[in-house]
Amino acid sequence: MEQHIQAPMSKEEAKKLRAGDYVYISGTIYTARDAAHKRMYEALERGEQLPLEMCGNVIYYMGPSPAREGRPIGSAGPTTASRMDKYAPTLLDMGLIGMIGKGKRTDAVKEAIVRNGAVYFAAVGGAGALLSKSIVQSELVAYEDLGTEAIRRLEVKNFPVIVVIDSEGNNLYETAIREYCVE
Amino acid sequence: MRTIDVADITQNIKQMCIEVNHFLSKDMDEAMKCAVQTEKAPLGRQILCQLQENLKIAGEDMIPICQDTGMAVIFLEIGQEVHFVGGSLEEAVNEGVRQGYTEGYLRKSVVKDPILRENTKDNTPAVIHYELVEGNQVKITVAPKGFGSENMSRVFMLKPADGIEGVKNAILTAVKDAGPNACPPMVVGVGVGGTFEKCALLAKKALTRAVDEHSDIPYVKELEEELLQKINKTGIGPGGLGGSTTALAVNINTYPTHIAGLPVAVNICCHVNRHAVRVL
Repeated sequence: MEQHIQAPMSKEEAKKLRAGDYVYISGTIYTARDAAHKRMYEALERGEQLPLEMCGNVIYYMGPSPAREGRPIGSAGPTTASRMDKYAPTLLDMGLIGMIGKGKRTDAVKEAIVRNGAVYFAAVGGAGALLSKSIVQSELVAYEDLGTEAIRRLEVKNFPVIVVIDSEGNNLYETAIREYCVE
Repeated sequence: MRTIDVADITQNIKQMCIEVNHFLSKDMDEAMKCAVQTEKAPLGRQILCQLQENLKIAGEDMIPICQDTGMAVIFLEIGQEVHFVGGSLEEAVNEGVRQGYTEGYLRKSVVKDPILRENTKDNTPAVIHYELVEGNQVKITVAPKGFGSENMSRVFMLKPADGIEGVKNAILTAVKDAGPNACPPMVVGVGVGGTFEKCALLAKKALTRAVDEHSDIPYVKELEEELLQKINKTGIGPGGLGGSTTALAVNINTYPTHIAGLPVAVNICCHVNRHAVRVL
């Protein structure tokens, strides 16, 4: 099913999404990948505030290439989500509602998704030029010294993703592969 | 003896880094177009069409095909009659990478130390493989490697008794474990034989072979065809979201090995399998 949603979003809205849905996201999302996650995790361990609110927000696992003059961003496709698996359950328990990446997640992440009524989206890996066209604005939020790995606030318009793990724990990677496996 | 100024190496590598990150080689481009026609799954076809659109935008607007513009892997086949002048060859290669990644708006993805992890901010150093060959030419292959797929690559130290079935199992295991993480449709580079490090290098080099070319060893060619069929029956499909196009090619390179061993390396590459060649 094709759906258009706004980010940030509520748990009620997240619950309407089903594994396999083709979704266009508009609104505000945040980028964070390996180094930013490590830094946020360490900040939490020290009892400090995070540079962005988790509740209702969507994190895009992405580190862009540099923007050419007059463009908001460079190539901007998803990175492999599993490297953030160590940190994701903590952020989900703090209210993070969605993650955009690519690739498999651990059972611990899936359980945290179900526990919190969240959702894991995949964007098409290796389609960074195309995906950059759905990003209308990009603004640095924190950890500038991390370069491409800094946290950015993105304004997106009809950003195309597919629901892989929904709030009930259905996993498209598992079901879709079975459908086309001819062993 | 032929004299080559290393400044020529710098200039060529700079141009090649920019070129490969915006345009696929002809063999890869054709394989990707062909996949749209043959893919069975509707969502798989939709993803392959998006990737066509992505390639078009990348070339027209000069936005890198993928934001992971890779760690620059460079093969230099140097004729033994060549004499380099103008400075250090290694520094000239790295200068080409530095200029290409900086002036070409490519992502700087290299950290200076694997544990301390401070970004070098110019994507250097490159990983450079030198080979001395006959003649007076220099063949440069630039093959930037993204790490979504690099992370899913494997080395298996099999036993001779494992034989060809062991090799097949190793390749299928690596591909199935990689699944959606490696951004399928993938290209599978395989090295069989040699030593621990030699088979890994064979696998890397296999990725630079055109995807429409087969090994000239008959049994290896058959193995490449059989494995491609098997991989495309796993159901992984484009983006790992189900379908009949999981790999575009399986390229296998072999080398003599020890009586006690059967090393197998599987180097997986995503559909942005970048490789450009120039001969000076």
